[in-house]
Amino acid sequence: MGALTEQISLTRAAGPARRKPGGIGDGLFRAASYASALLVLLVLFGILASIAYGGWPAFAEFGPGFITSSAWNIGQEQYGAFVAIVGTLASAVLALLIGVPLSLGIAVYLTQLCPGWARKPVAMTIELLASVPSIIYGMWGLFIFAPLFARFVQMPVSNLVEGMPVVGTLFYARVPSGVGILTAGIILAIMIVPFVASITRDMLDQIPTVLRESAYGIGCTTWEVVRHVLVPQASVSIIGAIMLGLGRALGETMAVTFVIGNANRLSASVFDPGSTIASRIANEFNEADGLQLNALMALGCILFVITFVVLIVARLLVRRVKVA
Amino acid sequence: MDAINTLAPPAPPLRKSRVRSGRRVADRLLVGACTLATLIGIVVLGSILAMLIIEGVKGFSPLLFTEPTPGPGSEGGGIANAILGSLVMTVLGILVATPVGVMAGTFLAEYGRHSKLADLIRFLNDILLSAPSILIGLFVYTLMVRPMGSYSGWAGAVALAIIATPVIVRTTEDMLRLVPATLREAGAALGAPPSKVITAITWRGASAGIVTGIILALARIAGETAPLLFTALNNNSWFSPNLMGGVPNLPVMIYQFALSPYANWQQLAWAGALLITITILALSIVARFVIKPQRAR
Amino acid sequence: MNAATGITSAPLAGRHKADENSPVRIAVKDLNFYYGSFHGLKNVNLDFHDRQVTALIGPSGCGKSTLLRTFNRIYSLYPDQRAEGQILLDGQNVLDANVDLNELRSRIGMVFQKPTPFPMSIYDNVAFGLRLYEKLPKADLDVRVEESLRKAALWDEVKDKLKQSGMGLSGGQQQRLCIARTVAQRPEVILFDEPTSALDPISTGRIEELIEQLRSEFTIVIVTHNMQQAARISQFTAFMYLGELVEFGPTTRIFMNPEKRQTQDYITGRFG
Repeated sequence: MGALTEQISLTRAAGPARRKPGGIGDGLFRAASYASALLVLLVLFGILASIAYGGWPAFAEFGPGFITSSAWNIGQEQYGAFVAIVGTLASAVLALLIGVPLSLGIAVYLTQLCPGWARKPVAMTIELLASVPSIIYGMWGLFIFAPLFARFVQMPVSNLVEGMPVVGTLFYARVPSGVGILTAGIILAIMIVPFVASITRDMLDQIPTVLRESAYGIGCTTWEVVRHVLVPQASVSIIGAIMLGLGRALGETMAVTFVIGNANRLSASVFDPGSTIASRIANEFNEADGLQLNALMALGCILFVITFVVLIVARLLVRRVKVA
Repeated sequence: MDAINTLAPPAPPLRKSRVRSGRRVADRLLVGACTLATLIGIVVLGSILAMLIIEGVKGFSPLLFTEPTPGPGSEGGGIANAILGSLVMTVLGILVATPVGVMAGTFLAEYGRHSKLADLIRFLNDILLSAPSILIGLFVYTLMVRPMGSYSGWAGAVALAIIATPVIVRTTEDMLRLVPATLREAGAALGAPPSKVITAITWRGASAGIVTGIILALARIAGETAPLLFTALNNNSWFSPNLMGGVPNLPVMIYQFALSPYANWQQLAWAGALLITITILALSIVARFVIKPQRAR
Repeated sequence: MNAATGITSAPLAGRHKADENSPVRIAVKDLNFYYGSFHGLKNVNLDFHDRQVTALIGPSGCGKSTLLRTFNRIYSLYPDQRAEGQILLDGQNVLDANVDLNELRSRIGMVFQKPTPFPMSIYDNVAFGLRLYEKLPKADLDVRVEESLRKAALWDEVKDKLKQSGMGLSGGQQQRLCIARTVAQRPEVILFDEPTSALDPISTGRIEELIEQLRSEFTIVIVTHNMQQAARISQFTAFMYLGELVEFGPTTRIFMNPEKRQTQDYITGRFG
């Protein structure tokens, strides 16, 4: 608790000028520290301000219709965010549906099941997944995963469900190329696993051993200990970790750009290509001009708002976010 | 033995295990599912590495490190310009982010620990830590590329610095908090002004952790692609020493070449991908070992 | 009323005789201390004599450490702590708003409960305080470092490894290093906050000997929860209870013939 806030009282007490060690240097150091902290604040507001400024013409042109319109026509200068928003949310939700069970499983394995000697190497392997650059996930998704996914999942499933109600639409691939919303969701799931798993593992580790042992002591199975003792204890933090993973999935760019197919159309099938806000920006920004540029900035603005709400909720649930 | 038999109560009739079969099945399923989840994680990392090694090693030659990237459809060439451009921008980014991050972390842990302002900045820094990097690219584009009228290595470096800073702020603050309060009191009791206590005592005590944070930040920005797309972009020749115009860099080069129709470009993309991933994984592993001696102490 | 149960008269012999004629170095007048809204010290009045060891004793939470921490205003590191009243160091009020804290702290050294070696070499630890206030040529610095380590009875153990980290020493050695670091600044007063409570008996003995030797040069105030220690090393003793000064006087009298019932109960081990 030893904050050096006494400097405040020192400056107040300055009185007659006396030489003290590092008098000026001390003040400068404090000012530099203060300024650096303010810079963090400034950058965040700068991001918001610059995107809002860049996106404003598009919002002004299309009004609230920008969010609900699914048009994206460069020739006619008609832009709407709906397809990208849906793609962003759909791929992120799919990522959670797949990634959260995976993460929880890994966390439970590491804390409850893994033999002691293997714990460190296995945990490190999982954490290293977080270090792999997103562009590498994109390449892996496009060149390794997508062909396998097309051959062993999309084609058989499409053949199976063709003509059936609901599932026949939801899981039917018109062109089984392997890329699409679901593929993006799966790649995103893998990318959020290390974050969610490591926070969950930390939470489970913090639960007092005696609680766990007393549950085993009355004859609970591992499943019951996890289900009735560990998960309820850590649930708030786990939900926070999931929100954090959601924040990452919503804004992920390169990996998604590789595997989502980049189509501007609304499709009912998770096997069909789509696009997310981030992938749309990455694809079009460098060639964009005029209103298209504004529309892309406006998309960025929407992404900002969505992810920041999610991240703020996450931050309120998990006291501190892990760095890596 | 007989004695034991006679002393022992008659064996109870075999009865069903007290663990109902439903419970047992649920337990087995859980154990199986958790193990499977972990295996999936390991297999994915393994297959990523296998893919990079198999595809990347094919294109490895000394020319990679001496020749610039070739034009579309032409043969030969290397990725030396992209390697150098990435190095320059990453190093510049870290050089900016380190002082800002360490000083801001110092403010949060030392000067402002009890203040509302520090609480707010801590909160926003955590948000910035997870913010989509593409938005940072848009920000720097508006801030630098548009006013300057050109993509530049400076803009790329600034974008990378903005991504690295919150990582360093966070680890610096965490590590400074681990330094015992009595050490600060002891420094102050000798009459050392706060800046002296911080630089000579607490920073030194937390140095291994702070270095870890910087290495982690380095690993984080070395592979960043999205923010460079709109700031440094890329080009296929050596970049000008004033860093104006497109500055070639590995991530954007990989992105453009991997999705190109030219076999030669694709090959170079794989080689670059292998190089960058190995570097980043090595940095991440090194960071883990730097932090260890400090915990042991 | 002979209350010195369990404390032999031996350590109270000759050299421990209090010199009540020695000048007053620190005079505490109507001191009140607050942790936020908690009233930690209540109207404390007390004099500390030059080149004497004064022990502050009392049960946990009685305010003895709090009192010690007002002398160099180390409490001001924490925003919600404040002191009112006067602490006169050679006639100058330490609590005055325009006192230069850094200079004050260079005149009043402090040794803490747990050894606090800085993460640097043994030599740099000792030289740390010196470098803050004096620009010394290297040769002079070497002399001062050696002198300080000798005074702290540590020189012979570390003279061959001055460049090694101070964190590598044993607990007792670390504490003597901290004493050397404090002595090096040539302060007028040294404050000891339970300096041996984290140490083994042998290290404790050495520190006690050291304090006895340092008395010839410095005014010493020591907080201790160990009554035998107070009896062994101090000339004056102050007994505190619940933030108030109960009794103060020459150690011999406090232990042999306390005036207050509470003091007697405490030193005979009836509570605390």
